[in-house]
Amino acid sequence: MLTFVALASVLLLGIVPEQTEAIAIYTGWERHALLGSDIRLSCSFFSWRFTSDDVTFSWTYRPDGSRDSISAYVDNKGPFRDRVEFVGNPSKRDGSILIKNLDYNDNGTFTCDAKNPPDIVGRPSSVRLLVFETVPIQAGVITGAIIGVVLGLLVLIVVIYYLMRFLVARRVFSLSVSKHGKKKREGSQARQGPVPTADPTKVKAASSEKKKQESRKDKK
Amino acid sequence: MLLILLGVLVMHLIILILLIVSTAASTWSVGGDKTTDLWYTCKNSNGGYHCKPAISEDWLQAVQALMILSLLFCFFSLIAFLFQLFKLVKGGRFFFTAIFQILASVFVMCAAIIYTVMSPDDESKKFGYAYVLAWVSFPLTLISGLIYIVLRKKE
Repeated sequence: MLTFVALASVLLLGIVPEQTEAIAIYTGWERHALLGSDIRLSCSFFSWRFTSDDVTFSWTYRPDGSRDSISAYVDNKGPFRDRVEFVGNPSKRDGSILIKNLDYNDNGTFTCDAKNPPDIVGRPSSVRLLVFETVPIQAGVITGAIIGVVLGLLVLIVVIYYLMRFLVARRVFSLSVSKHGKKKREGSQARQGPVPTADPTKVKAASSEKKKQESRKDKK
Repeated sequence: MLLILLGVLVMHLIILILLIVSTAASTWSVGGDKTTDLWYTCKNSNGGYHCKPAISEDWLQAVQALMILSLLFCFFSLIAFLFQLFKLVKGGRFFFTAIFQILASVFVMCAAIIYTVMSPDDESKKFGYAYVLAWVSFPLTLISGLIYIVLRKKE
């Protein structure tokens, strides 16, 4: 039992620091751009350690269909000469690059790798660049919009329906209350006057109140 | 009375299943060894199935949205039917159920019409079973909605 606990603790201690030491790199998944425009490819990372002064970002590019990668911006030769610029802020964990004047030959996969010493083990992340003549509508945007609008209208109509029912019921109730109040005032005034005339009005008021209560019950 | 109720409920469930299959199966168009729309276009090449997402054109997204909405409204009408079955006063009509069912039929009709008109004209392309199911479920939902309008809870 003791050996098992010792083995387990050694294993855990062996595994856990490895996980906290790995660096996680985030880029986009796919980027669509218009021919001739500029695009900013963003790259960021998550690391358990503080951002060191020697943090480095490196971008490599692999054209569609090719198997080798080339460095994207370090050397000023190759397909990206004078077109790529590092616009990120390494101290803020931002390693974005800006590529100007896109061409169809720029279609491909850009891979970002970041190193935050002593956190240098990690998996680089890739973003695919697609250059279009006209940018197509993203899948699902219109679908979601139509569904959202129709369901929103449905909820609105149901709410308005119940609100109208509630308001109409309240209006009827307040109307009958005001009538009842008037009749009561008439009845009490008549009582102060000659006595024989008071009784019929009181009876009338009582009977009309009873009738109103009955009609309200029927409506429900 | 119980028989009518059971029949109406079974019809509603069948319509719901037809709508689910028509919305979920990606076989609105078939041609050669390629089945496409509503969500994926799959090619049955020598290796196996190779699927990629369907074209993200605006009309196809509208068809997707309308099919999903008709499915939702058919489901809402089923819930409203079960609710009104127990809560309705004697002699009352199933209005909510009928309204939702008829709306569902309208949405299915719109989706099928938009797809018929806008699907690209390829010689080898034929309409698949999911498309047929959509067209079949349109009159079924309409009839079911009309039955609910006429149906009355017995005294």
